[in-house]
Amino acid sequence: MSDAAHAHDHDHGHHHPTGLMRWVKTTNHKDIGTMYLMFALIMLFSAGTMALLIRAELFQPGLQLTNPDFFNQLTTMHGLIMIFGAIMPAFTGFANWQVPLMIGAPDMAFPRMNNWSFWLLPVAAIFLMGSFFLPGGAVAGGWTMYPPLFIQGGISYDLTILAVHIMGLSSIMGSINIITTILNMRAPGLTMMKMPLFVWTWLITAYLLIATMPVLAGAVTMLLTDRNFGTHFFNAAGGGDPVMFQHIFWFFGHPEVYILILPAFGIISQIIPTFARKPLFGYASMVYATSSIAVLSFIVWAHHMFAVGMPVTGQLFFMFSTMLIAVPTGVKVFNWVATMWKGSMTFETPMLFAIAFVCLFTIGGFSGLVLAIAPVDIQLQDTYYVVAHFHYVLVSGALFSIFAGVYYWLPKWTGHMYDETLGKLHFWLSAIGMNILFFPMHFLGLAGMPRRIPDYALQFTEFNQIATVGAFIFGFSQLIFVVVLMKSIKGGQKATNQVWEGAEGLEWTIPSPAPYHTFETAPVVK
Amino acid sequence: MKQTVLQRWSAALAGLVMSGSVWAEYGINLQAPASKVASDVYHLHNMIMLVCLGIFIVVFGAMFYSLFAHRKSKGHKAAHFHENTTVEVVWTVIPFVILMGMAYPAAKVVIDMKDTSNPDMTIKVTGYQWKWGYDYLQDGISFYSMLKTPRDQIDNLAAKDETYLLEVDNPVVVPVGKRVRLLITANDVIHAWWMPAFAVKQDAIPGFIRDSWFKADRIGTYRGQCAELCGKDHGFMPIVVKVVSEADYKAWVASQKGAAQTASADNGKTFTLEEMRERGEKVYSANCAACHQANGMGIPGAFPAINGSKVVTGPIDDHIKTVLNGRTGTAMVAFGKQLSDADIAAVVTYQRNAWGNKMGDMAQAAQVAALKGGAEAAVAAAPAAPQ
Repeated sequence: MSDAAHAHDHDHGHHHPTGLMRWVKTTNHKDIGTMYLMFALIMLFSAGTMALLIRAELFQPGLQLTNPDFFNQLTTMHGLIMIFGAIMPAFTGFANWQVPLMIGAPDMAFPRMNNWSFWLLPVAAIFLMGSFFLPGGAVAGGWTMYPPLFIQGGISYDLTILAVHIMGLSSIMGSINIITTILNMRAPGLTMMKMPLFVWTWLITAYLLIATMPVLAGAVTMLLTDRNFGTHFFNAAGGGDPVMFQHIFWFFGHPEVYILILPAFGIISQIIPTFARKPLFGYASMVYATSSIAVLSFIVWAHHMFAVGMPVTGQLFFMFSTMLIAVPTGVKVFNWVATMWKGSMTFETPMLFAIAFVCLFTIGGFSGLVLAIAPVDIQLQDTYYVVAHFHYVLVSGALFSIFAGVYYWLPKWTGHMYDETLGKLHFWLSAIGMNILFFPMHFLGLAGMPRRIPDYALQFTEFNQIATVGAFIFGFSQLIFVVVLMKSIKGGQKATNQVWEGAEGLEWTIPSPAPYHTFETAPVVK
Repeated sequence: MKQTVLQRWSAALAGLVMSGSVWAEYGINLQAPASKVASDVYHLHNMIMLVCLGIFIVVFGAMFYSLFAHRKSKGHKAAHFHENTTVEVVWTVIPFVILMGMAYPAAKVVIDMKDTSNPDMTIKVTGYQWKWGYDYLQDGISFYSMLKTPRDQIDNLAAKDETYLLEVDNPVVVPVGKRVRLLITANDVIHAWWMPAFAVKQDAIPGFIRDSWFKADRIGTYRGQCAELCGKDHGFMPIVVKVVSEADYKAWVASQKGAAQTASADNGKTFTLEEMRERGEKVYSANCAACHQANGMGIPGAFPAINGSKVVTGPIDDHIKTVLNGRTGTAMVAFGKQLSDADIAAVVTYQRNAWGNKMGDMAQAAQVAALKGGAEAAVAAAPAAPQ
């Protein structure tokens, strides 16, 4: 704390650097938040391009654009980059910008570490993207990195392990920073149970990250030594077990799913009360529901592995525990609907994305419940049904909440209102395109189309063609988002301090755009 | 079978959905089940979908009503309630009860699915990159089963058949109405044996044997695919099961045994170079071309070229040993147990005399058998060495 304050005073005495060095050396939470968000946007477009290549290949049966190996590289890298490069950094960007503003803190607790945890990410991204140009191409074993397949690959597999380590390091440092900031730097009077829900969800997410990232690091390190140093952690011939990797991976992987969605819950819980002009219904139960989702997320991992052949008791335990998660998740959805109920609603772009989130995320939740039923999962595991499920949760869930959050706070960040017409156009094209893209995948999965295949049997043609059309609508409508961002950065209608009529919270008491330094004297919360 | 009310409802709904010819063709539900377990899974899925649909309509009916009624443009003033413990308890307890209602029938199916006891016959299934191997433990039949779709169809150079990518050279044949136990494992990486019509999906894990079972209700041909990413040709290793009558099964067993005898007789024969090259080309395109490519050039950085390779243009014994024993730590598997001696001799001969390779020499089955015997003798001798 005193160190942070000292660094801060120090900053004041000098002019902060301009141009490129401003960004390289910055310790300001707003600059770092902006960099995280810009990085996430670039990664979104990179991995999105891969997705469009995948969908183009799958437009008709037969091999047209790719060969099977390159296709596998595309699916693997699309997954890794979207998760670790786009969604997670975007949420960390929100945390950097908003957590200090929402709790009345002058900056993050460890500003220099903050700088480092961001600048590790481009390094990891260069390793990942660069591996496409290495002999043998990028990793093609799936983002889940299952051995023994992952043991077979070339140099890019080792590079990917390194990149995962670096991204894990960045996440852990970011989490330490967020937890310390939230626990120690809240404005006087802002007790835990008065914190905005976005702050709560990030606090819980940060704990999940600290608990699971080392587990992932351990798993990939064992892969590294199996590949290069003759160990046999995952090789049955040497006394190891390939399934053990899956247990370790999903012990990380399932909490990771909630790392990708809890901050989304937080953003939506800020936006809906603002545009319903009514306080969030059941604040306390939202906090408890989020916490219980976080705790449950540690005891459900093997539902990703129903097809490996667990004993009956294992199947039953993981089936029941997974179904249980539907309870707190349901509570959240009911609370959001109750917040809208008898409100005085308006439908600006953030609210549109938030409503679509509640509705479409719930569809993802229902398909999740179907997948939780072990015998049904046996039919659906590793099919397009699963692809549909996690894209409903991650695209209309996580990504839509990110769009909602950007539209919501953009006037505070840039000082200008965004172009509402273009924003609404972006929303409608995204929402429609997304459903054309992913809804038919449920049918493909039920009919028996496995995921991760570059070519398919003829009966799957029609739904694949519909999905590809949706993909291109969805993909290209994201360019509108970039136009909206650029227009809002350049100029536009001046935003007021409060921006939105129904907005409440500390971030709306400061001017728009937020000055470079805010809350140098802590505000007092009654 | 006695149906519960829910099962009847879900069957009715499914029938409604399936009745239109368009729906039947497009398939928007699970494939038509051909075993009791698959049928249980089908009904379980329909029941859960109905419950989800009901909840969705109630919750989002309320939300969309609110979106239309409680909007500022209609002059609606916001109420100020934001807490109600009773409501919170109610919408925690009700979903919990609904879930218990789902968990009970689901658990029954899990227990049935996992009960592999008292089989009528047992088949060992082995996943390879990228084909399946089957061993009928009681009848003593063994064969490999790989994709039959010609390369031209995949490359869009020929019209695609109706069973495109879902056809194999040697289908699994089983008698109808018998409990078939599957022992599933893999040779290299993890695969998954999936037959939607029987609701069997079991990962094939190298070094471990897992089991599953099915009892087919109806005679017919059923198609499935590998369901776990297993490398480059994961999308090209289908599974076909032919369910036949007991009499047809007996006839099939007899014909398989005859074929096996012919194959083993080949191992004792001597072939000419031309015969070997012809036979070798077929073996090559079935077993080697997936990685090393039909033109022998491999895929740079991933799979080495055969054309001009040091192994292939080197001493023939080392070449045969590489094919027999594979290369540890690479995707090159040991073909010693997969191919007959005659086939290995043929493929080695072909590789040495195809494309730019012009070695002019050839291998014979006896030579392969000798090298194989040498390797086995060495292994057998090894434990004795320290004494």
